[in-house]
Amino acid sequence: MKNNRSFLAIPYVVWMALFVVAPIIMVVIYSFTTADFSFTTDNFTRMGTFAVIFTRSFKLAIIATLICLLVGYPLAYAMAREGKEFQRVAMLLIMLPMWVNFLLRTYATMSILENNGILNQLFSAIGLFDFLNNTMGTDIQYFRMIGTQGAVVLGMVYNYLPFMILPIYSVIIKLDQSLLEAARDLGANSLGVFRKVIFPLSLPGILSGVTMVFVPSVSTFAISRLLGGGIQMMLGDLIEQQFLGGAYNPHLGSAIALVMMIIVVVCMWVMNHFGEGEEQAVML
Amino acid sequence: MKRIAALTLSCALAAGLLLSGCSVERVDNTGGSAETPSGGNSSNDGNRVLNVCNWGEYIDLDLITEFEEQTGIKVNYQTAESNEALYSVLKNGGANYDVICPSDYMISQLIEEDMLQPLDYSKIPNFEKIDDRFKNLSYDPENLYTVPYTWGTLGIIYNTTMVDGPITSWSAMFDEANAGNVLLINNSRDAFGMALYYLGYSVNTTDEAQIREAYQLIADAASKGVYQGKVMDEVFLKMEGGNAAVATYYAGDYLTMLESNPDLAYVVPEEGSNWFVDAMCILKDAQNVEEAHEWINFLASTESNLRNMDYIWYASPNAEALEQYPAYYEETYGEPLDMELYEIMAAPQEVLDRCEAYLVLPEETRTLYNDLWIELGL
Repeated sequence: MKNNRSFLAIPYVVWMALFVVAPIIMVVIYSFTTADFSFTTDNFTRMGTFAVIFTRSFKLAIIATLICLLVGYPLAYAMAREGKEFQRVAMLLIMLPMWVNFLLRTYATMSILENNGILNQLFSAIGLFDFLNNTMGTDIQYFRMIGTQGAVVLGMVYNYLPFMILPIYSVIIKLDQSLLEAARDLGANSLGVFRKVIFPLSLPGILSGVTMVFVPSVSTFAISRLLGGGIQMMLGDLIEQQFLGGAYNPHLGSAIALVMMIIVVVCMWVMNHFGEGEEQAVML
Repeated sequence: MKRIAALTLSCALAAGLLLSGCSVERVDNTGGSAETPSGGNSSNDGNRVLNVCNWGEYIDLDLITEFEEQTGIKVNYQTAESNEALYSVLKNGGANYDVICPSDYMISQLIEEDMLQPLDYSKIPNFEKIDDRFKNLSYDPENLYTVPYTWGTLGIIYNTTMVDGPITSWSAMFDEANAGNVLLINNSRDAFGMALYYLGYSVNTTDEAQIREAYQLIADAASKGVYQGKVMDEVFLKMEGGNAAVATYYAGDYLTMLESNPDLAYVVPEEGSNWFVDAMCILKDAQNVEEAHEWINFLASTESNLRNMDYIWYASPNAEALEQYPAYYEETYGEPLDMELYEIMAAPQEVLDRCEAYLVLPEETRTLYNDLWIELGL
């Protein structure tokens, strides 16, 4: 940027320095020190104990990301192909839930999924349980949904789906129509056009969508605690325990957060290499 | 170049933040030792303020307005979720509270770590009215630092339509019969506490084998799917809506839930339980010591205690308020107070006799508690 307008970036640089870079540096410092700030690597050697929690968190986040992709991509694609009116309505419906605070939405999801919640009451009202009990000879009063890993994944998908749809949509809608026509002229069928032209060109959108869903999913703690019950911890719960729980060990908490960040960055780096040669995907 | 500049800037900032954190701590230490309850500066300039931290839903909010009108002191009222969360905020140095209201075991830990300042009881005449049962307790044996705010018991709240017969024992918390419908309290002290009572050990034990046995009891129940989740405030939503059958929680909160769901019952199990006192204290580095004393005296008055008791359903330690509450209730609502409910709020002596207060645990036991608590979540 060899122009004289780089001063315009100053507010953002200051912001980044204050609220992004400085905290990360503090996390690094904390994670390599003990309570009296002498150097140690003990915080990292303890990390093996938490392998189960790391695996669980990454597993659920990956599942949620895949579901978001499977649901979000076709929708984004269809939206981009439709007329302006459809796009407006669809966009409104996607954005609408985001006008309500995320915690409130999660509390609402909780009361939908409860044993005596809205969904189970609905099933009961339409006689689903009676039907099942009569035909299968079981004795079900409700479906257990709250406090399961499925509920956590549902919460993640519900909350982060828009972050998958929007980047994919904005990439597809900007696709050069003449490229598609050229592909058809050269004899590609619809599948071929999609596979050889549209999909590769929408990769940058997919990559930023995946990043924007995966990263918050891996580190969430409100969703896992409210919907998953917190009996089986996730990374977010574990880190929260170190800062706000009885454990109070910000040094260990920082170390866990740092390891999590490194794994996420490595994942993103590998992902971005899939898209190499295409347009540069936005990382983080 | 630009990048280097930005990096240097942020390094400097980070260093600055760290250093200022340390220096604040240092100032606190020296400032604390010269400890005259002054606060004179802030009371002279006409803008008197007071920073209070209490639990959520733990005061009749009108009392705050009234105090502000009476004294002209602006109260910054904030809340914390748990003793542990409060402790970490205090340790971080991120808060400038004057008055806090932690529970007994946390108070002794704060006293041990020299974070509280002795009160000037001549400025708190209402302390006289506190029942002798709540003075000189183990967390503050000479009663130098605290004025009790509320007290109560921990017990089992259960939905009578969802379990068989009345519950009398902690065994209900580990019983597969209620699988998927039991709520574990999300705080290691209370959760391990109920297991220790069930096993017949003291909640203040430091014997590692006993604590591990308690942990195993909970872990086994968890692996059998007994627990629906770990909860704190979500317990209201779940118990009131009939979404869970059994939970460990506090008596005062049971009375709040009962208003929305009359099927709920409360019991202090026969094996005994925890009885707790939450007390007001002033932090060592408080800026507004004078105002803090006025606030504590205001809340210790019989009138405030009656109103708080009516509002939050936790028992008052004020002897007059305790005695007058049934009459106060009748006068306010035009119907007599259900004495059964009153005894749940203010447990009678025979119930307290089988209860035990939490004492502060030594550092290594606390670490064991935390390690086991995380192990439970693996």
